[in-house]
Amino acid sequence: MKLITAIIKPHQIDAVKEALEAYGISGMTVSEASGYGRQRGHSEVYRGAEYTVDFVPKLRLEVLVDDMDASSVADVILKAAQTGRIGDGKIWTVPVEDVVRVRTGERGSEAI
Amino acid sequence: MSPTLLPLAAEPAIDASATAFVLICASLVLLMTPGLALFYGGMTRAKSVLNMMMMSFGAMGVVGVVYVLWGYSMSFGGSNIGGIIGNPFENFGLKGVVGDAEGATLDANGTAIIDVFGADVWIPEILFVGFQLTFAIITVALISGAIADRAKFSTWLVFAGLWVTLAYFPVAHMVWGGGLLSGSEDGIAAMLFGATDGAANVLPIDFAGGTVVHINAGIAGLVLALIVGKRLGFGKSAMRPHNVPLVMLGAGLLWFGWFGFNAGSELAADGLSALVWVNTTVATCAAILGWLVVEKLRDGHATSVGAASGVVAGLVAITPACGALSPVGSIILGLVAGALAALAVGLKFKFGYDDSLDVVGVHLVAGLWGTVGAGLLATEGGLFYGDGINQTVVQIVIALASLIFSAVVTAIIGLALKYTLGWRISDDDEVAGIDQAEHAESGYDLVSRGGRLGTTSSPALSHDARHHDELTPEGVKA
Repeated sequence: MKLITAIIKPHQIDAVKEALEAYGISGMTVSEASGYGRQRGHSEVYRGAEYTVDFVPKLRLEVLVDDMDASSVADVILKAAQTGRIGDGKIWTVPVEDVVRVRTGERGSEAI
Repeated sequence: MSPTLLPLAAEPAIDASATAFVLICASLVLLMTPGLALFYGGMTRAKSVLNMMMMSFGAMGVVGVVYVLWGYSMSFGGSNIGGIIGNPFENFGLKGVVGDAEGATLDANGTAIIDVFGADVWIPEILFVGFQLTFAIITVALISGAIADRAKFSTWLVFAGLWVTLAYFPVAHMVWGGGLLSGSEDGIAAMLFGATDGAANVLPIDFAGGTVVHINAGIAGLVLALIVGKRLGFGKSAMRPHNVPLVMLGAGLLWFGWFGFNAGSELAADGLSALVWVNTTVATCAAILGWLVVEKLRDGHATSVGAASGVVAGLVAITPACGALSPVGSIILGLVAGALAALAVGLKFKFGYDDSLDVVGVHLVAGLWGTVGAGLLATEGGLFYGDGINQTVVQIVIALASLIFSAVVTAIIGLALKYTLGWRISDDDEVAGIDQAEHAESGYDLVSRGGRLGTTSSPALSHDARHHDELTPEGVKA
């Protein structure tokens, strides 16, 4: 099993969710995140005083998948999240030792 | 603006329209203080929003009570002491205004009534008390913006009671109660340009409180910011507004309430109060534009906080002048006020004083401009209308006199509190957020932080903590 984590632009989330549903992914976890990469922050001005905001708001999307689905799911996310402009985010995949469904106690692939 | 209590020959009666109007206006002015709490609260960081708002609500508590006990007597009621202050004991607890109103003018039902401007428009005197009470509250609350995020709440409440007594009531008495800064024959204006029939030849213009409210609170904010000292990290870390929509909502409520403040100060529903309404509106509209133009040219963007601040700057500037200007004159006054205040808010970084929410830049600067500008732009007596410089001189003198008086009194109170109760919360509390330290609350519960009823020393907690420790080694992530 693999855990795919994607940091994406917040307004791309609907497109990504629809693409994943179309592929057959039945669940995901989304959390608000902030940070910077090459995009860096931006500046804001309040009553003439300028502030640099370093952390840019992003969404962090996590999906658990079977090994064989991993690279195609990453591609699905990539296509849906890509705008071609700076700040589109990153996707990475890591191996997962075990997964348990809390309601039933099922383990492994059954629990995904 | 001095109260005239002379009974007329015919038995005076309450003017119902004026009474209804002032009742509504007093309620509008009272709404300004919660509006100010939103305006200020949105501009602070999220960790101190409640303390900022509580400084306004705390001022409501203290000042409202004090006003009825001795405030009215010191401002308008008691006999004049040296042109500076009324006798606090003469109408203590509104003695002589309600109940057995000895010495007051009574209507047929025995209600004490007052005709403040001698225009034969009588309202219940207790209503005048209520209307003026709301002015005292907002003036004290305005000061709090200068010392955001760092002042002990208890010290602030003590300051509110002392300052309103020693600074606000005297200035209100001097300007509106027939004292030194009024148009009475004993006032400064009469000393400068003479008096005829018991009134100064050049009457000072302060319709609704440019000196009493805005210069007074503005300079007090500056003095207090210097005494209390800078916030930790001032000028280094980002202290940006945490909730700009709250700022906009607060500015809107202030504007709405300000109609009661300005138009209500006529104390009658008549042609002048209607002119004041329009002047108040257009000066504010123009001030938004003035502020935004400066921002666009200087910073490249017209901002929401700038528009909200422009609203307040315009309202402040038109406050003393609203009864003396034409609508076009009001537009000029407002435009300049917005631009001046937008430039003035940068001064604190230049001079290194932490007037956190720009009480100086907005209220002091726009208040001074409005008071002096009234001398330039008044349709009767104004310099720009070819009536000479006398009115402007009088305006500058009353502005400076109230400024110096308030600065000295504020410094004495502020320093006395600094070396007795102390002003600052601990550095740790300030970094963690004053809301937690002073009020044991937080403004927002966006993410559940767990927890249960009761104190942190409850046995349940230690049990849970132990349980948690037992689980962790087994690889269950918290």
